[in-house]
Amino acid sequence: MPELKVSAIREGTVIDHIPAGKGLKVIEILKLGKLSNGGAVLLAINVPSKKLGRKDIVKVEGKFLSEEEVNKIALVAPTATVNIIRDYKVVEKFKVEIPDVIEGILRCANPNCITHYEYVTTKFYVISREPLKVRCHYCERTMEEEEILANL
Amino acid sequence: MEWTGRDVISIRDFSKEDIEFVLLTAERLERELKEKGHLEYAKGKILATLFFEPSTRTRLSFESAMHRLGGSVIGFAEASTSSVKKGESLRDTIKTVEQYSDVIVIRHPKEGAARLAAEVAEIPVINAGDGSNQHPTQTLLDLYTIKKEFGRIDGLKIGLLGDLKYGRTVHSLAEALAFYDIELYLISPEMLRMPKHIVEELKERGVKVYETSDLEAVIGELDVLYVTRIQRERFPDEQEYLKVKGSYQVNCKVLEKAKEELRVMHPLPRVDEIHPEVDKTKHAIYFRQVFNGVPVRMALLGLVLGVI
Ligand SMILES: [Zn+2]
Repeated sequence: MPELKVSAIREGTVIDHIPAGKGLKVIEILKLGKLSNGGAVLLAINVPSKKLGRKDIVKVEGKFLSEEEVNKIALVAPTATVNIIRDYKVVEKFKVEIPDVIEGILRCANPNCITHYEYVTTKFYVISREPLKVRCHYCERTMEEEEILANL
Repeated sequence: MEWTGRDVISIRDFSKEDIEFVLLTAERLERELKEKGHLEYAKGKILATLFFEPSTRTRLSFESAMHRLGGSVIGFAEASTSSVKKGESLRDTIKTVEQYSDVIVIRHPKEGAARLAAEVAEIPVINAGDGSNQHPTQTLLDLYTIKKEFGRIDGLKIGLLGDLKYGRTVHSLAEALAFYDIELYLISPEMLRMPKHIVEELKERGVKVYETSDLEAVIGELDVLYVTRIQRERFPDEQEYLKVKGSYQVNCKVLEKAKEELRVMHPLPRVDEIHPEVDKTKHAIYFRQVFNGVPVRMALLGLVLGVI
């Protein structure tokens, strides 16, 4: 089978080593479906990978995602690496890290939490990374990995 | 810690020093009130009590505290009689009410409502209960009561009895007690044990914790027995409630095994978990506990208003 070619980008961000099947979620979390600069977003699903067996890759043209922005995806793609590309060259490379505070992307698992009833940006404090555990800033209920993934 | 303008939302936001400072301030105000009969610290200040869910006792306690500080009170006691019924958001209610008042006390059926209100309001907000989450002033008055009865909290053996699974008051009381050098006896039906993560946290913070379902086996050890009601409305399943309903009762027979100085507390209202015959014994302090809510709330109101 010939190698799958995904065109290189001149400027932008490549998010590599996303666990297979999570690429779409990454696009959703980073809101890349609504890029205002008109740049292309490329998604490769189920690409063979030495490290992961299979992986997804997301390439974002014309946009340099900040470390803070990218760290949001650590919840679904903890293995992801981020490459900042300028003039076809990788000028910066880092691994994603779960931030101390998660704002906006996670819904609270507590159905009686005020965040489901009022206009408010959700906010969670990461109280443990291994195993992953967060606490809602509003209702103070803690959520563990399974609940977190179900509420992204 | 700067108190003026501070919100009182969760016991989690309190350090041991904060707690001690509130208790000392309450003590001072209680003494002054006794001497002078009436205080004027909050003269000209207005408290708004927003009770989106009825809780007459808590509301009266806050209103009494504000009046005794010389201030005045406005507010509503039920969401159904306010514009909330017309679909107004909590955010808009708070933004409106803060134009009329200097401090807000809020009771709300949704967890996290008080935190949101505090973020929206420029003036201080005090949480008087948000769903099954927090009720910090209850915890502070419980601590005040223990300290007043024994002159200290350190060194005591404290039993929490009843619904330790769903009971909001025992969760935050246990958390606050972890600041002190105490031994904690968690006494409940098997089904209503204290959540594991809280027990673990208590142990990590150095509290000696004993879990049991047998009150009579441990009552002789205790200095304080904190009794809670099994609240039907907190149970997701009626069958579960029926199994544990009435599973314990503190009566004079049970108290025969207790130490002379045992003090029985209860956040009230009670149903049948403490027999009325206990009221006349020297063990019963739950009505004094109710009284203590006033100086503690006076202290909090005065501190966040910056007038004491
Ligand atoms: Zn929540």
